[in-house]
Amino acid sequence: MSATTPKIALRDLKKRFGDKRVLTGLDLVVAPGESIVVIGGSGTGKSVLIKCIMGLLQPDEGSIRIDGEEVVGMRGSEREKVMRKFGMLFQSAGLFDSLTVWENVAFGLIQAQGMARDEAKAVAHEKMAQVGLGEEVGALSPAELSGGMKKRVGLARAIATDPEIIFFDEPTTGLDPIMGDIINDLIIDCVKELGATALTITHDMASARKIGDRIAMLFGGEIIWDGTVDEVDRADNPYVEQFINGLAEGPIQAATA
Amino acid sequence: MPVLAPIGRVFLAFLAATGRLGTFAMTGVSHCARPPFFPRLIGHQMVEIGYFSLPVVGMTAIFTGMVLALQSYTGFARFNAESAIAAVVVLSITRELGPVLAGLMVAGRIGAAMAAEIGTMRVTEQIDALTTLSTNPFKYLVAPRLIAAVAMLPCLVVFADIIGVFGGYLISVYKLGFNPNTYLKLTWDFLEPLDVISGLVKAAVFGFLVALMGCYHGYHSKGGAQGVGLATTNAVVSASILILAFNYIITALFFGT
Ligand SMILES: Nc1ncnc2c1ncn2[C@@H]1O[C@H](COP(=O)(O)OP(=O)(O)O)[C@@H](O)[C@H]1O
Ligand SMILES: [Mg+2]
Repeated sequence: MSATTPKIALRDLKKRFGDKRVLTGLDLVVAPGESIVVIGGSGTGKSVLIKCIMGLLQPDEGSIRIDGEEVVGMRGSEREKVMRKFGMLFQSAGLFDSLTVWENVAFGLIQAQGMARDEAKAVAHEKMAQVGLGEEVGALSPAELSGGMKKRVGLARAIATDPEIIFFDEPTTGLDPIMGDIINDLIIDCVKELGATALTITHDMASARKIGDRIAMLFGGEIIWDGTVDEVDRADNPYVEQFINGLAEGPIQAATA
Repeated sequence: MPVLAPIGRVFLAFLAATGRLGTFAMTGVSHCARPPFFPRLIGHQMVEIGYFSLPVVGMTAIFTGMVLALQSYTGFARFNAESAIAAVVVLSITRELGPVLAGLMVAGRIGAAMAAEIGTMRVTEQIDALTTLSTNPFKYLVAPRLIAAVAMLPCLVVFADIIGVFGGYLISVYKLGFNPNTYLKLTWDFLEPLDVISGLVKAAVFGFLVALMGCYHGYHSKGGAQGVGLATTNAVVSASILILAFNYIITALFFGT
């Protein structure tokens, strides 16, 4: 495989639920080590996009290549091997509430890699320190944590297995602006530390500008615009312009009404 | 024909649902047989299903045994009441009421809890998180519950049988004034191994049905809290109906003709 093989390459991706067409032929290429942010309104299919790439949802049509390897239709141990390259921070953090915080962070190490509990606990504490959580938090249950702390734990869990590709589903949604910015900084640091490729989806433009090398806009089931963070403000696209300025008037409302 | 179309649609939907449930059941069972196993989780579920159901099942059994003795006395008083009561109590309890009542009680207690827990994990993305951490939810969530329920229900039914017969004994001896030794001897004489064995087979099947319904409805729940509530209701109702239906089928297989 040459050095130019994209980390993630999506071609003509389609996904529908019943009569509802969510993705209608989406193309996107992400280079190794790149941090791309997909922006788009609520319900445009951002989470569906990530879940298709990770194999949590089966796309109806199209191709998904990870490191040049076709993953659509993959099953069993092959699928598991690809899954090991991924880490994900879920929108609602998705912490296991039957386990303590450190057990959450160490879950992938213990279950997938078969690491001994003591060793995994040490790694978990290390990762927790990386996201600004002390060891004393490790013994708490996720129900005892604030929203910002949950995101930190989710982030620590996502990076615990040293993934090559990390997905962030609306990392700043539901947080106050200051906490949101702290999470943004942590995401940037963690991704840089791992040298990972990152795909973030969000509708928070401040976060998108900060995290992303590149921004892509999802609308109507396709990527309708794609460019660097600098270009986004000069984008000659009425949809992008409306979205980044948060205007009520514009083509997006007209198109969905 | 406008009348046939809706009937056909309902029938097709029924077939589709049956197919989905069948696939779910087969996947669950196949994961019970293949490593890795989760002994901690199985143990936890066994305590939850077996130990913590003892009070409920015991109460149900003792009152049922008592009422059986009382009712049969009013019915058989003019005949050979003593031996008739002992026979009615021990046969009804071991063959039918022990397994069915224990099954229904466990459906309410455990089936509901399973559906609520797994349903909540579904809507809070915990099941997706499991998958991304290379852990199969069938292996981690479904298999331990199926194994524990199939193992523990027969134990609960043995307990219910003993307590139920004891309830009949209490009424016969202390209220109706029968000789305790004669009553116990009659009970023992009437009891055939097949009575107990059929009851235990029923119990294992009922345990499987309760866990299957709890896991299935929880796993497929969608929406928020409302979806989880619906899944819980469906789990209890469907498990209860299936218990009664399979009770008939198994009875027919053991004692038919
Ligand atoms: N499992 C599912 N079943 C049915 N519809 C779904 C499912 N997941 C998502 N959808 C629908 O797809 C659309 C896009 O959802 P989503 O990707 O979650 O949006 P967002 O961009 O806000 O993350 C929504 O209209 C949602 O109702
Ligand atoms: Mg979303």
